[in-house]
Amino acid sequence: MTAPRVAGDLNTALHRLFAEDERAMLLGEDVCDPYGGAFKVTRGLSTRYPHRVRNTPISEGALVGVASGLALAGDTAIAEIMFADFVTLAFDQLVNFASKSTAMYGRRLPLRLVVRCPTGGNRGYGPTHSQTPQKHLVGVPGLALYEVSPLHDNHTLLTRMLDDGVPAVLFEGKVLYGERMFTGGMVDDLFGYELTDGVARIRLHDPVPPDCVLITSGALVHRAVEALRELLLHDEIVAELLVVSRLYPVDRAPLLSLTGPARRVAVIEESTAGGTWGAEVAAALHPSLWGTLAAPIRLIHSLDSIIPAAAHLERQVLVQSGTIRHAVKELVNG
Amino acid sequence: MINHARSRNTTAVLDEGAGPPSRSRLSDADLSAMLLIRHFEKSLLKLFEQGFLHGTTHTCLGQEYVPVALTPLLRDDDHIFSNHRGHGHYLARYADPEGLLAELLGRAGAVCGGVGGSQHLLRERFLSTGVQGQSLPVATGVALHLKRSTPGALACVYTGDGTWGEGVVYEALNIAARWELPLLVVTENNGIAQSTPTAQQMAGDIGGRAAAFGIAYERFTDTDVNRLRAALRPLVEQVRHASRPFVVEFVTHRLGPHSKGDDSRSPAELRAVRAADWAAGYAAGHPEQFDRIDAEQSRRVERIVAEVLARPLTAWSPR
Repeated sequence: MTAPRVAGDLNTALHRLFAEDERAMLLGEDVCDPYGGAFKVTRGLSTRYPHRVRNTPISEGALVGVASGLALAGDTAIAEIMFADFVTLAFDQLVNFASKSTAMYGRRLPLRLVVRCPTGGNRGYGPTHSQTPQKHLVGVPGLALYEVSPLHDNHTLLTRMLDDGVPAVLFEGKVLYGERMFTGGMVDDLFGYELTDGVARIRLHDPVPPDCVLITSGALVHRAVEALRELLLHDEIVAELLVVSRLYPVDRAPLLSLTGPARRVAVIEESTAGGTWGAEVAAALHPSLWGTLAAPIRLIHSLDSIIPAAAHLERQVLVQSGTIRHAVKELVNG
Repeated sequence: MINHARSRNTTAVLDEGAGPPSRSRLSDADLSAMLLIRHFEKSLLKLFEQGFLHGTTHTCLGQEYVPVALTPLLRDDDHIFSNHRGHGHYLARYADPEGLLAELLGRAGAVCGGVGGSQHLLRERFLSTGVQGQSLPVATGVALHLKRSTPGALACVYTGDGTWGEGVVYEALNIAARWELPLLVVTENNGIAQSTPTAQQMAGDIGGRAAAFGIAYERFTDTDVNRLRAALRPLVEQVRHASRPFVVEFVTHRLGPHSKGDDSRSPAELRAVRAADWAAGYAAGHPEQFDRIDAEQSRRVERIVAEVLARPLTAWSPR
């Protein structure tokens, strides 16, 4: 059986969630049928649940606020922001209301709230529709950040996010929507994967101690796997790839146990340079790994630049598999 | 059919006619509630001077009658969203000056453990936040929930005149109108946003803005609780039964500073504000009742301050 595409898997997860939870509500711009969302992730949902799925005006601040209000009243609220870039318009609602409400009233207030954000570039959408804005939301108390990956089941993921009762933002790499989910522990002829404490570990079918461990999130998986192949076949470098599902708070324990005695570690993300998620991961791991590392954890990210629209210019700015391969070679060979 | 927004030249029936309307006699309970709020707020300013209170607080001196008039029209299953100037809203809903003062002083028995402080209160269906306009969409979401789950219940959200500078207010009004949600927006227009006179910061007016969304609107300049409540009753019922938003504007006066000692108004302006104080007018019309209850509430608040100050500090763990 062919594995579903990531957008389809997300869609199935939402349908299951709505079937299981009659208090589930979804809001967003153009999410209703027949359009079904700009990336078709909500397709069919409004037809089956017409009173629980609503198209909103172009009002990101309000739609996240309305979703917070639903969650406050005890509903399960899912909001879609059409492009992650526009999450800036909901910054106050996320940072000063939803996240703080879980603690600022002196007692824990669980909120079942997920804000979905189609994220990232390599699609030619230009400077304001291509960003990876996770870093702007890292370190907000009471706000959890997750990312969709082709290795993590989306229904399990959404259920975990909601059941935690912590307002959460789910970043969904737009380049992933059309890709197939990986299933059965198989990535390709060379690499397989297994899941440990929410972290997917991609390594050779016949594992050997790696020269380097790479840490990334969903959107970068295909580019990173391509780099893994090139490094193995052309550079004689063995690298393993750890794919996290929760970006923040950083899941330190599984990352430490999986990076193990590795002497070289890199964190890969599509964000542009400066104040990155990777820096947060490196800061979380350095104190424990310092004694065994041969070099500081390497941060691999896009350039310090706006993201151009033209494909050839966009490629220059954003992390590609070649960027990863080059950085890992430098890290391993010194 | 609901009323459509009134034009700016039309005022509510209550403030028509020549000269100030006479003040009807209030129940002891209503007057007690208003004077409790007044003495509570005055005691806060004193506690600041004495160094017992820290940070910031926004008193509602002069505006006490608004929540006292409105609150009895709200039901237990309604949600109330309060704002930075929310002590009166809380005290009109809950006869709990001890809990609120403990919250402000970080003492045992605090409503929110001393974590939220003056601007961040949560108790049952009463919630306040400190960012202007922020709770409009949240209240809209709650109203959407209530429309599905508890028809007849509403979400009431307090705003000031300055709040209408925030863009998210209009996003929320648009949604509440389009989705026909039971949202009651109460604006306490005290004529001044921190230090900026409303006339300097607001183009047009609140009625015109409500009208732009086809939202029903009423404006009151009266401060008589009996008349206000009678006039508000059908409006609140309309929000419940028609499931439509409504904007109510109270033209009111902030007697005190924005927060502590930051009043930059001229002596003449302050004289005019004091002349409009409901309490001065009421005391003149009903001196025996006013003096009796004023003394009662003054002593009550004094007792509460002493009692709460003697309580131990709250404990809280960030995780």
